[in-house]
Amino acid sequence: MRTFAVLSPSAFWLLVFTLIPVGIVIYYSFLTRGPWGTIEFKFTLDSYRQVMDPLFLKILARSFKLTALTVVICLAAGYLVAYWIAFYGGRHKNLLLFLVILPFWTSYLVRIYAWMILLSDHGLINNFLVLLHLIKEPLPLLHNQYAVLAGLVYTYLPFMILPLYAALARLDRSILEAAADLGATSAERFFKITIPLTKGGILSGSVLVFAPVIGEFLIPELLGGAKAMMIGKFIALKFLGLRHWPLGSAYSLLLLTIILALFYVYLRLGGGREAYREQR
Amino acid sequence: MSRTTPRLMLFGCAILYMFMYAPLLVLIVFSLTPTKYGVAWEGFTLKWYLAVFNNENIRDAVKVSLMVAIPCVLISTAIGTITAFALYRYKFLGRELFQSVLYIPLIMPDLVIGIALLLFYTFINLELGIFTILLAHISFSIPLTTLVVIARMQRIDRTLEDAAMDLGADEWTTMRKVTLPLLKPGILAAALLTFPWSFNDFVVTFFVSGVGSSTLPLRVYSMIRLGVSPMINALGTLIVVIPLIVVIIGTQLEKRSV
Repeated sequence: MRTFAVLSPSAFWLLVFTLIPVGIVIYYSFLTRGPWGTIEFKFTLDSYRQVMDPLFLKILARSFKLTALTVVICLAAGYLVAYWIAFYGGRHKNLLLFLVILPFWTSYLVRIYAWMILLSDHGLINNFLVLLHLIKEPLPLLHNQYAVLAGLVYTYLPFMILPLYAALARLDRSILEAAADLGATSAERFFKITIPLTKGGILSGSVLVFAPVIGEFLIPELLGGAKAMMIGKFIALKFLGLRHWPLGSAYSLLLLTIILALFYVYLRLGGGREAYREQR
Repeated sequence: MSRTTPRLMLFGCAILYMFMYAPLLVLIVFSLTPTKYGVAWEGFTLKWYLAVFNNENIRDAVKVSLMVAIPCVLISTAIGTITAFALYRYKFLGRELFQSVLYIPLIMPDLVIGIALLLFYTFINLELGIFTILLAHISFSIPLTTLVVIARMQRIDRTLEDAAMDLGADEWTTMRKVTLPLLKPGILAAALLTFPWSFNDFVVTFFVSGVGSSTLPLRVYSMIRLGVSPMINALGTLIVVIPLIVVIIGTQLEKRSV
């Protein structure tokens, strides 16, 4: 009884401001859009039929491609940074980690805006190249998939570094020494010992980057143009631009399902268990 | 490992750290130069900062952001603390399930949270404004504060509480005099993490704010839509640098107290 009383504020909040709203999204996804963006309370499966829309499928495919690229680049770059900190960080270890976490406390909007200063037609890079007479006309650096990719990697790299570092810091060094004594080359030690033993960190980092990136809205909005549309921006456009709420709801549910399925698979694969063991 | 490998790795790391910090450095430098676009250093000025301080819209937006962030921190830290307490102390049916549902907002894309709440508010005819922003922020902050406090709770030595009870303190007194003081760093950390989350949130707020109420990130966004301007650079620098200073001072103080 007391447990119930103590948990009720968060249970209430969870129910009213998360579960019921998601229920309402499900409800709206079955409604009809009237002319002028009004809602007609008429049951239909139209929105779900439009999930098969070729344009939407194209955007979905591009979102997956950009997300996969972001995960791969973050994994390579993050592994390098995490490995360096764990093995060679020495007394600077804490400072280097602190610098990785620091951006979490700052505005993500402003950090993306900073990329606009770098990449815009009259931005730093273009002005610099013009000054050096390397180019006459500014290069179109902003509003394409590469700008979006840069912004995504920039924003989500810390999400990859932290779990990788945790895994690398836990790695038992004596195993590596034993392998070296037995004649394993450094490449063999890395690919046969270090990587397999940090699999948990690789998995966690990849999921932590994948989940927010696939639904990202602001980065494609500011750094990508019409050509670099991603599913998050597309959903926002359906809602705010076209006021097509039923369709936007169906697409949002699809996005949510993708992410929940991903986490389900992740937990099934044993992800997060190491962190759990650590806590105990 | 060959001797050049660590050096190559150091070089790679240096470039990656530059990648992580160069954009912000450029932002800061540009906020201090007089011209709109520049490549060379063209003198030093604080006029963009003066423009920020004298801008009424920005001042109003800061007020709105604080009116959301401060109550959000207080309410979500309080709820998060008692939730963490219950989840950690009591074993009950459906505890695992409750915990996994509780963390759903943490993995939900901000976009979906914003849209779901927008539909919900429209459905129950709640007028959009500061109040709806606050409700939204509390709902994404509770899982965060719970998580941070639980992490601290797991490091508490249970025997201290048992000792208090053995010496005759009732459950309430034990909680007030033993558990809460031990939890204080965790509660503080939760509050310190929630404040910038709420203050800087853009995506969720973008969907659940009405026409009349603009938080600071929304104001910055509409300024960005109008084009790059040195005033945004100055404002952006303030938004990024002030929390950094607070966090650095905070961690230094924590180090000293330990």
